[in-house]
Amino acid sequence: MSEDRSGARTEASVGARPESTVSTIATTGLETAAHEGRSTFDQLDHLESEAIHIIREVVGELERPVILFSGGKDSVVMLHLAAKAFWPGTVPFPVMHVDTGHNFEEVLAFRDRTVERLGVRLVIASVQDYIDDGRLAERADGTRNPLQTQPLLDAISANRFDAVFGGARRDEEKARAKERVVSLRDAFGAWDPRNQRPELWSIYNPRHRPGEHVRVFPLSNWTELDVWRYVEREGIELPPLYYAHEREVFARDGMWLAVTPHSQPRAGEEVVTRQVRYRTVGDASCTGAVLSDATTTADVIVEVASTTVTERGATRADDRISEAAMEDRKKEGYF
Amino acid sequence: MTAILSTAVAEPTTRITSLLRLATAGSVDDGKSTLVGRLLHDSKNVLADQLDALERLSAERGLDGADLALLTDGLRSEREQGITIDVAYRYFSTGSRAFILADCPGHVQYTRNTVTGASTADAILVLVDVRKGVLDQTRRHLAVASLLRVPHVVVAVNKIDLVDFDEATYLRVVDQVAELAAALGIERAITVPTSALAGDNVVERSARTPWYDGPALLELLEQLPPAEAVLDEALRFGVQSVIRPQSAAVEPQYREYRGYAGRVDAGVVRPGDEVVVLPSGVRTRIAAVDTPGGELAEATTGRSVTVRLTDDIDVTRGDVIAAAVDAPTPVHEAEAMLCWLAGVPLRGGQRVLLKHGSATVQAIVTELHGRLDLDELKLHAASAFDLNDIGRVSLRLARPLPLEDYRLSRSGGAFVLIDPVSGGTLAAGMARDPGRTTSIEWEI
Repeated sequence: MSEDRSGARTEASVGARPESTVSTIATTGLETAAHEGRSTFDQLDHLESEAIHIIREVVGELERPVILFSGGKDSVVMLHLAAKAFWPGTVPFPVMHVDTGHNFEEVLAFRDRTVERLGVRLVIASVQDYIDDGRLAERADGTRNPLQTQPLLDAISANRFDAVFGGARRDEEKARAKERVVSLRDAFGAWDPRNQRPELWSIYNPRHRPGEHVRVFPLSNWTELDVWRYVEREGIELPPLYYAHEREVFARDGMWLAVTPHSQPRAGEEVVTRQVRYRTVGDASCTGAVLSDATTTADVIVEVASTTVTERGATRADDRISEAAMEDRKKEGYF
Repeated sequence: MTAILSTAVAEPTTRITSLLRLATAGSVDDGKSTLVGRLLHDSKNVLADQLDALERLSAERGLDGADLALLTDGLRSEREQGITIDVAYRYFSTGSRAFILADCPGHVQYTRNTVTGASTADAILVLVDVRKGVLDQTRRHLAVASLLRVPHVVVAVNKIDLVDFDEATYLRVVDQVAELAAALGIERAITVPTSALAGDNVVERSARTPWYDGPALLELLEQLPPAEAVLDEALRFGVQSVIRPQSAAVEPQYREYRGYAGRVDAGVVRPGDEVVVLPSGVRTRIAAVDTPGGELAEATTGRSVTVRLTDDIDVTRGDVIAAAVDAPTPVHEAEAMLCWLAGVPLRGGQRVLLKHGSATVQAIVTELHGRLDLDELKLHAASAFDLNDIGRVSLRLARPLPLEDYRLSRSGGAFVLIDPVSGGTLAAGMARDPGRTTSIEWEI
């Protein structure tokens, strides 16, 4: 192995950064003084190390972990961290996509490319299959995010997964703000917010009874901005729709929805072409785009740092249904 | 409540260099949720749609302005009952510092949440109503802060507007806090006179407390040194996983790779360091500190890395790699303070699992020495510990662990007790070295 500290090990499959760039990230104040003469360890380093510690700990304790991977930026970052956690080995467990069938084509292509590059096995739980054979009925509003719960829980049971890594962040939503890093799910996949385990120090306890499982959220303490700064620092590739591009869209419920096979304008909704990007990637029929000129990661960071609206508030119609929409879905076993 | 709120945009903060983990604790109705809301709002960390939702909710309840307390109540039952039940985590940043705020409920029956929040905190913020002074719950929160060894203790003496910004009233509470802190062995408790409702001394210094020349609360929090600044501790590296990729290597050249993945729990690790692997006691040296980005000349406390050793020895998950010159002795028996966090009481002789770092062993709680009375700050004999009880016990372990005195090393002394059947977390434990004397009477 190379003894050269400053040289990135370019043959590594993980998008790694040379250590020498650290000094350009940490620029001021207390930390530099406190760590004088030492390599700097900034806030992103903290978050990265914490996430890797969580992933290693849960994989060390349980038998059959899986990572939820949608191609969305949080799941991409999580998979990147898993790859770093077990380097120079490959990620020692599969990834799972709960596929709504309402995808953006470029996200599916990105998903397949990433899985191929990292050499991990992909498990797909298909909402479309459930609709086709009648186990699930299409909702009146046509959105499919709420329909993901049953295929997810069935796939967890069928594969006997005991630890399910998710990319959820506590800053996303009020109910998520109360969830543990390692969060117990009963035999029905349900979350009981009144009966959560205390989570002490950084000692994680994923033990559970047979039939139960844990959801694990290594990015719990990350914000949207942290994710973007990390994407920039690590040079992580994301699906192209996270960056500004021209798209045919129409306005609904105060959001810009793309014209896709799954989302068509209704009478009176005018289709226009706008320069947009997505802040989240999900069911195309209810995920809104935002007007944006941010074509690079650096542009996005500036945009996110100065935004006045939360990620979900801007882009998720399904979270607007009630004040407790997410809490209710989580109790039933949703992500 | 008539606070005027705005959604002025923060200066884009794209470079953050330090992180402070902050826990809050307060009693019922002392304005903690309002203070947290005020910190988030006045530091421009509340966004427009959150504010809209807040104003809508406040209006539905017939309030005549946005109630900042509603910002932190995430669960439906919390909003319905108007109380905070569970620890909520909030994220905000100012200038070059990011904060992770664990907002812990004030109700006495939810002490386990304060223990949870305090366990990871670099600083704890305790609220006291200036009209009421130190209450039983304040005493409990500060006792937890002391027991959990939170490095910085900050007391916001709140509702100062309701005593007409009177200095003498404030100083009386300051004296009470100082007296209690001394009794608990807290070296320094910093007090700030605040009005969360009106915003005085929360983010900006207030003109209405001219007799107070200290910093506003947020200023203070921005200046506290983070815990990781302490780097002169001896190395402790907890092994989480043995990395031996063989045919699953990312590149053929790593097929024979053998490294130990884990985190630097204390001190610094460098190639060449003389170390001892615990509990086996085998000595060796660090050959390299690896990351996917390249080898490091050193890795400091908190960093997740993979180390290689110069000798081919048996190392497994749960082992601790420690500085050879200052290594702890693995023990079969230990005394500890416990915070009992389960609904079913603890009795002497109970069999549990004990998790310390990445090691889990069977253990028996052999003896209950006493339960802590938080009013008298003394141990009283007890035949059982109930939910939220704090007390001192003896433990016997099936396998030796390198437990350290929690008062000297948080990571070396912290453990949890687990129910072997349900897997539930039963207790937070803090090991105590029986060989050392204590200067703090109530901990006996």
